[in-house]
Amino acid sequence: MNWILTMAWRDSRSSRKRLVLFSLAIIFGVGALVAIRSFGHNLESAIEEQSKALVGADLVVGSRQFFTEEMAALIAPLGTRQAREVSFSSMVYFPKTEESRLVQVRGLEGEFPFYGEFVTAPADAKERLAEGNFLLMEESMMLQFGAAIGDVVRIGSETFELAGAIRRVPGEMAAVGLLAPRVYIPLAAIEATGLLQYGSVARHKVFIEFPSGTDVPALVETLRPKLREFRLWTETVERRQADLGRTMEYMQTFFQLVGFVALLLGSIGVASAVHVYVKRKIDTAAVLRCLGASARQAFGIYLVQGMALGLVGAAAGAVLGVALQMFFPLLLREFLPFEVNIFVSWKSVWEGFGVGFAICLVFTLLPLLAVRRVSPLRAIRRGEIFEKNRRRDPLRWIVYGLIGAGVVGFSILQTGSVKAGLGFAGGLAVAFVALALVAWLIISAVKRFLPRKWPYVWRQGLANLHRPENRTVLLMLALGLGTFLILTLYLSRDVLLQQVTMMGEGEQPTMAFFDVQDDQRDEIADLLGEMNLPVLQDVPIVTMRLTAVNGRSVSDLIRESSRTIPDWVLRREYRSTYRSHLVSTERILSGTWTGRVDPDDEPYPVSVEKGIAEDLGLSLGDTITFDVQGVPIETVIGSIRNVDWQRVQPNFFVVFPEGVLEPAPKFHVIVTRTETDEQAAMLQKVAVQRFSNISVIDLSLILDTLDSIVGKIAFVIRFMAMFTVATGVMVLAAAVATSRYQRMQESILLRTLGASRGQVEKIMLIEYLCLGTFAGLTGALLAVGAAWGLAAFAFKVPFAPSMLSPVIAVVASAGVTVLVGLISSRGALDQPPLEVLRAEG
Amino acid sequence: MSEGIILQADRVSKTYRSGSHFLTVLKELTFSLREGATCSIVGPSGSGKTTLLGLCAGLDQASSGSVRIAGRDLGPMNEDQRAAVRNELVGFVFQNFQLIPTLTALENVMVPMELRGNRNARRPAVELLKRVGLGERLDHYPVQLSGGEQQRVALARAFINRPRILFADEPTGNLDPETSERIIDILFELNREAGTALVLVTHDLDLARRTERTIRLKNGVMVEEEALATR
Repeated sequence: MNWILTMAWRDSRSSRKRLVLFSLAIIFGVGALVAIRSFGHNLESAIEEQSKALVGADLVVGSRQFFTEEMAALIAPLGTRQAREVSFSSMVYFPKTEESRLVQVRGLEGEFPFYGEFVTAPADAKERLAEGNFLLMEESMMLQFGAAIGDVVRIGSETFELAGAIRRVPGEMAAVGLLAPRVYIPLAAIEATGLLQYGSVARHKVFIEFPSGTDVPALVETLRPKLREFRLWTETVERRQADLGRTMEYMQTFFQLVGFVALLLGSIGVASAVHVYVKRKIDTAAVLRCLGASARQAFGIYLVQGMALGLVGAAAGAVLGVALQMFFPLLLREFLPFEVNIFVSWKSVWEGFGVGFAICLVFTLLPLLAVRRVSPLRAIRRGEIFEKNRRRDPLRWIVYGLIGAGVVGFSILQTGSVKAGLGFAGGLAVAFVALALVAWLIISAVKRFLPRKWPYVWRQGLANLHRPENRTVLLMLALGLGTFLILTLYLSRDVLLQQVTMMGEGEQPTMAFFDVQDDQRDEIADLLGEMNLPVLQDVPIVTMRLTAVNGRSVSDLIRESSRTIPDWVLRREYRSTYRSHLVSTERILSGTWTGRVDPDDEPYPVSVEKGIAEDLGLSLGDTITFDVQGVPIETVIGSIRNVDWQRVQPNFFVVFPEGVLEPAPKFHVIVTRTETDEQAAMLQKVAVQRFSNISVIDLSLILDTLDSIVGKIAFVIRFMAMFTVATGVMVLAAAVATSRYQRMQESILLRTLGASRGQVEKIMLIEYLCLGTFAGLTGALLAVGAAWGLAAFAFKVPFAPSMLSPVIAVVASAGVTVLVGLISSRGALDQPPLEVLRAEG
Repeated sequence: MSEGIILQADRVSKTYRSGSHFLTVLKELTFSLREGATCSIVGPSGSGKTTLLGLCAGLDQASSGSVRIAGRDLGPMNEDQRAAVRNELVGFVFQNFQLIPTLTALENVMVPMELRGNRNARRPAVELLKRVGLGERLDHYPVQLSGGEQQRVALARAFINRPRILFADEPTGNLDPETSERIIDILFELNREAGTALVLVTHDLDLARRTERTIRLKNGVMVEEEALATR
């Protein structure tokens, strides 16, 4: 054993630098795994330590309705302290700049949070809410509108003084503020805004603190029947902790799998570099066998080197991972609802290190096994086939089995499900095979159709792609996979955003007015008329709840243990409309559409959306009883509709015929189409000034918000995909280093035969350029395919992305390859040929 | 087995299969060599010289017939057992020297002894290198040595385990006449001192004449066996 170690050390002498370079191919994979696992531990302990701060209270009780006296009586005796919050959507208006924006208004009363910190700037801003008409606003929104502390802000018919910026609300991630900026006002001031009336859409919450040691979940269980009856929801620390833990786990799983792909790619790179390395060591192995070394001893020398390679790579990766971990809180800032203390989780470091080392070693075994079969005859007879019966070597199949089992095992462990694990491993295999196949097709095309009349340097450079010992397929895999991942993300984002952009084109609405009261309809119509804008739709909305289905009460259905109907379908508030006709997003699947009924003809035929009918298990002729703000209404399913929910316009689960709901309390949604941004801004300004209760939604704002959220998510994902690209670059550098010796000999031979330095350089340049271009092209082709698949099957939208990003991807891939290739082989042509050859030995 | 016989080849044949064809490169060769004796194998290219050497040295297995080294039949042995026999009894010198490029001259010479588990290989290795005139070049790598120097290192390596039989495959094939002469002198000198038997494959008839016997091969068949006593 000692001798094997000594020999492994001696033998590595001239190639240590190169071996270290090979080993670096796995550092990004291992680094990603270590960083993610360690950060995952940080998250877990953050969730554990700050569990109460995640909710800000021991228990939250909430309702979509005003609390009735009975509900208040149920809640009031609970806990030691309580705080209340009422939230709803409304417009805020800045008189200084005459600008406005839809926000989430939250009226707060009491000392919320009981745990954790409500972070504001200045730090004491929240205390001022108790002093009078003060307001806290999302920091990003203040920046957007150039608002400053002390500014006057109007909500509804009340004005407030801006007291400070919101930085962190316990248990909420910052990204929440992107969707709907949060604005806090004193609860007592809500009434004065005039925005909240009975029937208005608002969320009511009570935050409750209990003495420490109280079993809150058990208490909630005892209250369950009453809570159900009142349709109150609850959130406990335990529940939130579990939900959050699960979300963080999904995120970790995703990142780990990306890291794993990078590790696999790196390992393939290492194996391929070792393959070339071992080929050059075969003669040495043969001589050692002649001198009496056993197969085990000869194999041992290179196995030790392979292991050292894995150890160095995994160790460097672990160090990188620990360093990278520090960046995760920054990267995920918008998506973490709590502070994370970063510490190195040694368990994770060892795990990442172990996985990296093991995977790298198994892959390295593949080429190393050949050493066992080296015949000593090779020492006296050149060209003896050392890989004789390679395919029949049972150990090879065992190693293949190990690799397969390792990949599948890791995937199953990570995804936590056999099906998902197999799916991932299968998908990975398909991606690899597809990449290799496309690469192979491109190579064969080059081989077959390379014009003989092309200049020599071109022919030589291109021929290098398919000559023996080429690294084409390997590099195609590494670079192609990186390009594929990143470009797929870009294209999918394009497709999604384009979909939203398209909504703003043609005859589609661009602006919607919500909460329009009956008496405001004409005024809005007049306003639009003044500005020469059309009323595209005027949709009445009546809120209602389910009370019975086919004669069985909803409370009975909820109690039923064997029910398959989801909870939310039974409990939700239905916002329905009535009209005489179908709209363009609807299609009748079965039954007949009824446009108008006589008020006396109860039960009324209604049209139900297909999905909700399936959830409720209903078909034509079944009856539903609705509670329309106190009044029971009997209906029968007259038709089932298909609804295209992708289109931005008011769509409904249940549509009533005309003649029933007209007298019910309702509000309207009016949609119009503005032609320019200035027109939109003007309309919004005037509307907010005239009708304080109405919310105006500007589609371009939705587009911006969506862009910003998708952009932030894409950034995080892209960051992870970069590990694959970085691995690709390392594999490329290692591959160039391994083929360097061979290429160098050729170059020197060429120069001896009279080739100029420029010609030799050009040949190399062409080879790398082609490699990079083809890899980029392969990745781009697959990415376009994948993005099309996502668009067609997952998002169900037409696929027409800009072709600019694939072009950029191909150019970037080619550029990076040429750059890395030239840097890795730099200096080789500067030295006298003999020295190069000797040094490379 | 007769007393004093180090190498015994008995009706040795070697046949290669190439597709559906069988190619016999050695046909039923029988000969033996006494301890300390010298023998050369000559013949045109493709006559089977190297194949015969490979079989006799236990680098390859005969298709039929048997090869014994110091009375041990190589036939039933597996590759690792044959490797052990090589390490214990056999020394090699190759046409292209076959030094391990990543090891220094000294380390190259130490390898066979180290393979036996001997940790004190350094001293005898240094002595042998001095003996072949390379005492000053112990730490040089093969690429830093001339062809003649490399072959002297190879000679030192071949003799370090005091083998009972040495196989030399065209030991001067890559060297100029003057250097060849020196190498051959050292080879015979070490051979004589250690009492090692020597099997030499060569094209060089002058060199062949320096051995006690010459086996001449043609198309895998022994056409002539001369016993010369020119020395």
